[in-house]
Amino acid sequence: MATTGIQARFACSVGAFTLNVDLDLPGSGLTALFGHSGCGKTTLLRCMAGLQAADGVMRVNGDEWQSESEGASKSSSRPVHKRPLAYVFQETSLFPHLSVKRNLMYGYRRIPQSERQVSFDKAVEWLGLPHLLERMPEKLSGGERQRVAIARALLTSPKLLLLDEPLSALDHNSKQEIMPYLEALRDNLAIPMLYVSHSTAEVARLADHIVMMDKGRVVAQGPLQQIMARTDQPFGLEEDAGVIIDATLSERDERWHLWRADFAGGHLWLRADRGLAIGQHIRLQVLARDISLALSKQTDQSIQNLLPATVDEVAPEVSPGTSMVRLLAGRTPFLSRLTTRSVHTLAIEPGQQVWMQVKSVAIVD
Amino acid sequence: MDIYWEPVWLTLKLAGFTTAILLVLGTPIAWWLARSNHWIRQPVAAIVALPLVLPPTVLGFYLLVLMGPKGMVGQLTEQLGLGLLPFTFEGLVIASVIYSLPFTVQPLQNAFGSINQQFLEVASTLRASPRDRFFSIVLPLARPGFLTAGVLTFAHTIGEFGVVLMIGGNIPGETKVLSVAIYDHVESLEYTQAHWLAAGMVVFSFVVLVTLYSLNGRLQSGLVK
Repeated sequence: MATTGIQARFACSVGAFTLNVDLDLPGSGLTALFGHSGCGKTTLLRCMAGLQAADGVMRVNGDEWQSESEGASKSSSRPVHKRPLAYVFQETSLFPHLSVKRNLMYGYRRIPQSERQVSFDKAVEWLGLPHLLERMPEKLSGGERQRVAIARALLTSPKLLLLDEPLSALDHNSKQEIMPYLEALRDNLAIPMLYVSHSTAEVARLADHIVMMDKGRVVAQGPLQQIMARTDQPFGLEEDAGVIIDATLSERDERWHLWRADFAGGHLWLRADRGLAIGQHIRLQVLARDISLALSKQTDQSIQNLLPATVDEVAPEVSPGTSMVRLLAGRTPFLSRLTTRSVHTLAIEPGQQVWMQVKSVAIVD
Repeated sequence: MDIYWEPVWLTLKLAGFTTAILLVLGTPIAWWLARSNHWIRQPVAAIVALPLVLPPTVLGFYLLVLMGPKGMVGQLTEQLGLGLLPFTFEGLVIASVIYSLPFTVQPLQNAFGSINQQFLEVASTLRASPRDRFFSIVLPLARPGFLTAGVLTFAHTIGEFGVVLMIGGNIPGETKVLSVAIYDHVESLEYTQAHWLAAGMVVFSFVVLVTLYSLNGRLQSGLVK
């Protein structure tokens, strides 16, 4: 029996829908459950929480919440309120008869003092709530409500944080307002987070690990970077297919207004207007259509980001005429979309050394 | 003076006891009716609503038979050394509890039913046990329902007549409540006394309802504040 990580094995039917999953997920970081609506991602999250009854197994870093019957021993499932989890719901879920402060205290008061890892003041500060404590939920904006809901969840000092499309009911500005808080939690908390979403933008920005679901089954899972760099594109971005790279800003070129971002396997120069700082960790997205290939280093052209790489895989795409080429710069995978004729003319094949010409790099936000 | 005030006092006492008992008894019934999907839910709901449609005399008649010396309840109470319940204040309380049951259960059931189930799920993810959830979420959110149920039950018990006459009779200080006293006065052509009591009832009922409506309004908006 594994003592780390999250083991989730569930089988259940709701009407005509059947969920059948067997997952072994990392015990830290943010894992996104991704798929179209109706794929079963929310049902899976509810099964994990115990909100939805299902046969199966649920273990979180060695702690067994639900077990299957084995021989004579009966299966057992802890009720929701006895599982050390927190759940942030899609819709506003603040208790309407309690002030913000008393909403926050609701879970906090129910945790034994010895188990409290997150102090009240800290959670309030993290989510920027000090000025809202005396308000009633009706007097909050959608973004503020969701921030209170997240703080309330954290105050139960959970061993697992479940988030069910926490941003989907919010407008664009409120989403942008909350994202940095979620990023900070992901980077600063040791609590594993499971994040249900159907938004590629949210997943690209937040996830470390991704589980792709369809029709109640898991179709692909793995570290985000690897999934995004698969030539068969299970993530379903199609035109916008591209890789996500974790990078660190190492240098600023004042003269040309450029930043140097280092990643495992090289560096890229990028242009950015907003406030950045040396040493800052950022996520970059490089689209497959923005990378062209050359057999030798071409310096007599406008593209300045030139990276040596090894061809890893060449795969034809669904649409005739284009191919997806997977490349490795050091350990970091990239994708390049070429016409099949280019692939043929240049005789690109796995193992070959090429130069990537990166036309555009974006900071994910 | 006592002739006037005795029935009033007795009526208030009866309504008070009945309301208190029904709020305790009706809450779990209403909660179950609001939440259960069991097939037996509909028959139970119908039984609870029966006093709404039955003539009070029918109810009173069966209660009289049941609690009388040959009835099952009557034999039980006699064996327990409690004597017979008809024509006693206690008998009247039991009859009123049954008669006013729907006036407690239905407002509570509506209040429980309109509570967003997600609040209970949220509370469970915040470590609240089922019992804890009931007291910390359901009761406060159903407050307007409890107010309505309490006031309606109280007022309805004050206004009952048929059941009282069948089961309680007309014993001063024991079972002679307001409505029976008015009937008595009219029978003996004491219209002035009847007027005092009847007009008092009208004013009382009006005041109760106005209070209820304005309180309910304030409770609703109180949630928004």
